Amino acid sequence: MARLKIDRELCIGCGACVDACLYGALALVDGLAVVNDLCVACSACLDVCPVVALSLPAAQDASLSADTASGVWVWIETQHGGAAEVSWEMLGKGRELADARRVELVACVLGSRCQDLALSAGRRGADRVLLVDDPALAAFQTDVYARVLLTLVTAQRPEIMLFGATTRGRDLAGSLAADLRTGLTADCTELSIDPENGCLVQTRPAYGGNIMATIVTPTRRPQMATVRPRVFEPAPVQGDRVPTIERVAMPPVGELATEVLAFVPSRSDENLGQARVIVAGGKGVGSAEGFALLAELAALLGGAVGASRAAVDAGWVSYAHQVGQTGRTVRPELYIACGISGAIQHRAGMSTSRVIVAINSDPTAPIFDIAHFGVVGDLFQIVPALSAALRQQLGDQQ
Amino acid sequence: MVSEMRIVVMCKSVPDTMDVRFDPQTKTMVRAGVATTINPFDLFAIEAALRLREQHGGTVTAMTMGPSAAQRELQDAIAMGCDDAVLLSSPAYAGSDTWATAYALACAVRYMGEVDLIVCGRQAQDGDTGQVGPGIARQLGWPQVTYVSRVCELDLMARRIVVERLLEDGRQTLAAQLPAVMTVLKDANLPRTATLRGMRRAHRAVVPTWGPEITGADPRLVGLDGSPTRVVRVFSPTARQGQVQWITAATPQKVAEGLLAALTAEQLV
Ligand SMILES: Cc1cc2nc3c(=O)[nH]c(=O)nc-3n(C[C@H](O)[C@H](O)[C@H](O)COP(=O)(O)OP(=O)(O)OC[C@H]3O[C@@H](n4cnc5c(N)ncnc54)[C@H](O)[C@@H]3O)c2cc1C
Ligand SMILES: Nc1ncnc2c1ncn2[C@@H]1O[C@H](COP(=O)(O)O)[C@@H](O)[C@H]1O
Repeated sequence: MARLKIDRELCIGCGACVDACLYGALALVDGLAVVNDLCVACSACLDVCPVVALSLPAAQDASLSADTASGVWVWIETQHGGAAEVSWEMLGKGRELADARRVELVACVLGSRCQDLALSAGRRGADRVLLVDDPALAAFQTDVYARVLLTLVTAQRPEIMLFGATTRGRDLAGSLAADLRTGLTADCTELSIDPENGCLVQTRPAYGGNIMATIVTPTRRPQMATVRPRVFEPAPVQGDRVPTIERVAMPPVGELATEVLAFVPSRSDENLGQARVIVAGGKGVGSAEGFALLAELAALLGGAVGASRAAVDAGWVSYAHQVGQTGRTVRPELYIACGISGAIQHRAGMSTSRVIVAINSDPTAPIFDIAHFGVVGDLFQIVPALSAALRQQLGDQQ
Repeated sequence: MVSEMRIVVMCKSVPDTMDVRFDPQTKTMVRAGVATTINPFDLFAIEAALRLREQHGGTVTAMTMGPSAAQRELQDAIAMGCDDAVLLSSPAYAGSDTWATAYALACAVRYMGEVDLIVCGRQAQDGDTGQVGPGIARQLGWPQVTYVSRVCELDLMARRIVVERLLEDGRQTLAAQLPAVMTVLKDANLPRTATLRGMRRAHRAVVPTWGPEITGADPRLVGLDGSPTRVVRVFSPTARQGQVQWITAATPQKVAEGLLAALTAEQLV
């Protein structure tokens, strides 16, 4: 039920609030303003009412009470026309959480012509897939997506909601949590259920990974978290599983204040998130030309080029390549760090890579603390030699 | 609507170091020094706001919620070129999480009235969530444009801003209606340093302090009481176990061969 209160004695039916509402939640009926369930209590209408007929009673009243909320929801994000890998990782973790709570695991698929995605989510273990398939959802827009999810959440009351800690996920979760007045914990790397009170226990790095903090949302629901990509194992595909897909009609979202004008997909060498191999360079690489050596090795390995912040700040390579706390989080099969000291902020973005190779002239560089294979030497000698050896090995195979 | 822009930059005062550790004995944060600074990411926000003012006229107000000592950071913001500043400080704000912070900041903006654009940094260096920007936008019911790497166009007559955003899989060009909330990446610009004149101005500037009683924020919705989340434990991360396997040989060629052999054994090539 809408939290907004309308004093029918005071209302003069001027319609100012109807125009101010972004959500299409207000209308004039018989010359008086009435509110419907699309209201998110944003208060935009309060300011425009000339006679102060509108009010928002304390937000506590609208809380989704902890006793009635149920179910673990995962937002399935689209990237490159398919699911972002982190979505499957969240379904893996979400399964555990749902089992611990003995509730259902629900995947939310929003998009246009995304039936396949919904099927995949079902095969990855979701008990139920909520599918909102509409042309208006073709391009991701926080505004629209948040409104659609808000409608679903207020109608069905999940207890836990997970989003990928991606640009889209952080945006969407941040908006939704604000609307729902509930807790949101960013960039979680550990999630579990407290056996005593059933709360979601969320652990995340703070201060660039120098400390870890465990955070709970004791009373508000849903408990919301964004989840670091490449931390949890993706849910396996169960080919024989028959997904339960529930189509939900697109709710009215009213007028939009944003418009996507263009989208230019990133080049494949910038595509760090999907790369199996990443060859990364730091301050030690010394120049943009130095990065050409890394690009050559990356190409031979079919991988992408990564960089430390120092290399990005120096202008040798664009920000899209930055790995770390303020760049991308990656977890490739192989990460080759060349001339990177391994500052905590850099490690925050790559330390879970399956195999880490470090090439550094300084044997005391902290990168060697997390490397599986270490080479103490000059990258300008080692990297070309590695490319040459690789080329020879590839040539031999043909 | 007026043709002069009114911009608010949200800047946070953070410890001037990343060298923060947790002392398990005392259960407190150990900070190498007590010095604070403007959150480095917010310098890009300030720069973006100043550039927009230079192109379109108007004023830039720096806003911080924090302890009274954060006044100093606001003076730094004025020294960089902001016209004025507001400090949100009150015992009632203590312990705010991102929801309560966004609420408190949004109430202050609503109290100011007639603001066209709010600019935030991508994330705070300490809290590191990037949630406050979107939170403010929703509290105000304004559109948000986040992770902005470039402001392409601002049309005050059409009340529209066009930006380029950096997403995982590409670059998106997005238009938003003003008033709006924008969060910027460090790609967006190169922040200027304070000028002598700016520093003199900052020295003279009087920064007002607003508590919830001034901005009209509901005292039950700010600070720890207004925060839906609770931090229940803080601890040091455990280092990765295991040892590095050194690849050594007489020549770079031999090292490369050794490394390649190891990677081949791991089925990586
Ligand atoms: C809030 C904050 C956020 C940050 N976020 C990030 C982030 O997201 N990502 C990130 O990477 N950093 C980040 N940093 C910066 C981080 O603290 C380090 O400054 C940075 O990672 C250092 O980059 P580097 O290792 O390339 O440079 P350096 O630390 O200067 O290391 C260069 C290394 O190259 C080696 N070297 C030099 N020449 C050669 C050679 N010829 N052959 C082999 N080795 C050579 C040197 O021995 C040295 O170890 C952040 C910092 C802060 C404060
Ligand atoms: N206490 C605060 N005062 C002013 N601005 C803030 C505060 N906290 C966060 N912000 C703004 O919100 C951005 C994101 O912060 P966070 O969500 O904490 O990572 C920062 O870069 C600031 O622009």
